[in-house]
Amino acid sequence: MNRISAALGHLASTLAFFTPQSGGSPNANQIDSLFKITLVIALVIFALVEGGLVYALIKFRKRRRKGTVAAQIRGNTRLEVSWTVAAALILVGLAVVTFAKLSSIQNPSNSGPGGDTLASSDGGLLYASSERKLPPDGKSLNIKVIGRQFIWQYVYPGATEPDGLGAPYSYEEMVVPTNTTVTLDVVAADVVHEWWVPQLGGKVQAIPGYHNYTWFKALKPGVYRGQCSFICGRGHARMIATVKAVPPAQFDAWLAEQKKLISEANQQAKIARAKLGTQTGAGQVENP
Amino acid sequence: MATTTAPIPLVTTHDVQAPAPATGRRGWTSWVTTTDHKRIGIMYMVTTFVFFCLGGVEALLMRLQLGAPDNTLVTPTVYNQLFTMHGTTMIFLFVVPMMAGLANYFVPLMIGARDMAFPRLNALSYWLLLAGGIVFYASIFWNPPEAGWTSYPPLSSASFSPSGGQDAWIYLIHLTGISSILGAINLYATIANMRARGMSWGRLPLFVWAILTYSVLIIFAMPVIAAAVTMLLTDRHFGTHFFDPGTGGSSLLWQHLFWFFGHPEVYIMILPGFGIVSEILPVFARKPIFGYRAIAAATVAIAFLGFLTWAHHMFTTPIPEAILVFVMLSSFLIAVPTGVKILNWIATLWRGTVEFTTPLLFCAGFIALFVIGGISGIFLAIFPIDWQVKETYFLVAHLHFVLVGGSVMTIFAAIYYWFPKITGRMLSEGLGKLSFWLMFVGILATFLIQHVIGLDGMPRRVYEYDNIGHLALYNQISTVGSFILALGVLVTIINVARSAKVGVVAGPDPWKANTLEWFTTSPPPVNNFDVVPQVRSVEPMKDIRREVERRSGVGASGSSAVVPAGATQVGV
Repeated sequence: MNRISAALGHLASTLAFFTPQSGGSPNANQIDSLFKITLVIALVIFALVEGGLVYALIKFRKRRRKGTVAAQIRGNTRLEVSWTVAAALILVGLAVVTFAKLSSIQNPSNSGPGGDTLASSDGGLLYASSERKLPPDGKSLNIKVIGRQFIWQYVYPGATEPDGLGAPYSYEEMVVPTNTTVTLDVVAADVVHEWWVPQLGGKVQAIPGYHNYTWFKALKPGVYRGQCSFICGRGHARMIATVKAVPPAQFDAWLAEQKKLISEANQQAKIARAKLGTQTGAGQVENP
Repeated sequence: MATTTAPIPLVTTHDVQAPAPATGRRGWTSWVTTTDHKRIGIMYMVTTFVFFCLGGVEALLMRLQLGAPDNTLVTPTVYNQLFTMHGTTMIFLFVVPMMAGLANYFVPLMIGARDMAFPRLNALSYWLLLAGGIVFYASIFWNPPEAGWTSYPPLSSASFSPSGGQDAWIYLIHLTGISSILGAINLYATIANMRARGMSWGRLPLFVWAILTYSVLIIFAMPVIAAAVTMLLTDRHFGTHFFDPGTGGSSLLWQHLFWFFGHPEVYIMILPGFGIVSEILPVFARKPIFGYRAIAAATVAIAFLGFLTWAHHMFTTPIPEAILVFVMLSSFLIAVPTGVKILNWIATLWRGTVEFTTPLLFCAGFIALFVIGGISGIFLAIFPIDWQVKETYFLVAHLHFVLVGGSVMTIFAAIYYWFPKITGRMLSEGLGKLSFWLMFVGILATFLIQHVIGLDGMPRRVYEYDNIGHLALYNQISTVGSFILALGVLVTIINVARSAKVGVVAGPDPWKANTLEWFTTSPPPVNNFDVVPQVRSVEPMKDIRREVERRSGVGASGSSAVVPAGATQVGV
């Protein structure tokens, strides 16, 4: 029994070699399991077809069949119809499996019991959209992801001024609370980019002029690594995206601190601007 | 002209002769002014093979750069230029026009015609292709394009790609596009009107079916990319805003237009290859093709469905779920006729007497590799899986299995199969087999591991990567594989150069093949045929051989026999 489970474990780890990354978020895990089901079907078909090819090549090679005349068969309608139907049925099966998994991949689930209580439906909702999916209870932490050459910017809820101004933000590293459903509004500021952190689910394109949406729920604390996956120029390879999942309390503290730092910096900038405004010839200085 | 012994026993309608020195006009001006479909075909094939080598060198440079993490062999700019040049070259200057070259040479011969329908238009197609290639490659002396072969705006717009390289790319698409459209119209008209007596649609060789379908695909798909790049050109230089989101344009529109062309383009590149395999397998299995009608019907079905699946390149863009589902199902649907073809090919080998010649090896290798590319294509069609693997090395692996394992393998099969007809001399089988095994192993080593590289999180089109997990090792394997593949190609180049001079004299029909191109001499005379035989089946050469045997009383697999004069009057 032990040996069997060990063998199964070994098989699973071998299969993992051929599967997408997962483990960070339920949607990534669901894609991973859909991939594994497809992989098993694919390996069977692969073995049958390649096996048939190699068998035909070896079994019917001329050297082995001295004196035999090749069978002059031009076709077999029944055989051809049956393998066409068989191929179609396999694909119907795959479509059914995909549809069964689809909802758990696409639709955000509710935050877990240990999730952040701050998360709410209107918490920092920057854009209202019917295409944006929310969890059943309507509560999520909504972060706006802005792709620009060659850095990712994240804008968190908590705007202090109208039009979302004054909201805390960060670059490259996104900080999120664990067990909390995070919904993302993905936009681009210049060219096409693509948001992708493999352990937290699939990628979405950031296209200038459009909003694109995705979600994840980081199950464990940790740093999840990703990067821009669509060619966006010379710095594309270094357009890194990381997501740091921390316990909710730590996240709240971080967000408050970030907010404080940004507002302090804004204050100082304001003072500096005012100071410049009093200097002679300041009219020439538009942007200090 | 000295009569020499045939390399293999054969029954033939002609004496086996050393290729005659070219008669008629000679020198380079005769090539520049020619309208002979065979000379134009040769020019197509040689030109596109040169571009294949250039694209290959670009690929090797990229593999060298990726051979180690954080490598600094090339700068990010040069790397972006390399993958843009590589992709564009291989698609627009190699696979598509190479198929056009093969079609140019062999379609008239296979249907028993004396030339193409419009010989001068045919010459124009070639010279437009060459002009496009020269303009594009001239950009390496200034600023080559660097927005990828897909050139999505805004990255390819004037603000983000101000250099003239992007315009050279647009010019290339225009020139090769016009070249392809003219060539396709010409091929279509030739096939529709110039078939030998008795060659009904049900007796058309499968390669010709594939080229007919290829032509229709080009006629429908190419104008779309021509429109798209014209819009990009006016956006860049004349103040329009088709793709500029800041002024009411849409960068998503480009993706729709590009892939409406781009997906049929995939079938433009692979269907002729399917046709080549469908010609070669029956010859060396010594069996008729299994399910002729099913294969011809599958070709047409693939072409039709190919126009319904373009949005599967856009699964990560904001498009409605209904479209995602529709495109997944239509992409599934296209796998059915493709799978049917593969099973038909295996059934063609079944209970045959398979002769392991080099063309057969390349065809078998093609099936083995294409199956891998086809199966990974199913993963990419399932859109939630696509969200994970798209734009990673998994996709790179998939597209190279279908393009290198697919199209390139069939092109090499065609080179080994038809070289005797083109030059009158056989390629060396030893070098051919060496070349095959190097390429086969090279393709597996280069691209199989790339699936894993992609699943481990490495996106495509990055000039460097961190050594996370085993990425360094995997990339090293891929780099070594690419050089094995290149070595295999080099062996074939040596083989061609050597055999063109010293190869064994082939005679008109060295393979005992099935189709009409083997009826005439090798190389064929200017007007191909003196007498075009009446076609009575899909394998006219089999009928002719049987008839010759009946009249001359030579056994089925007997020794070399030359038809007595007057039996079939098709003198040189």
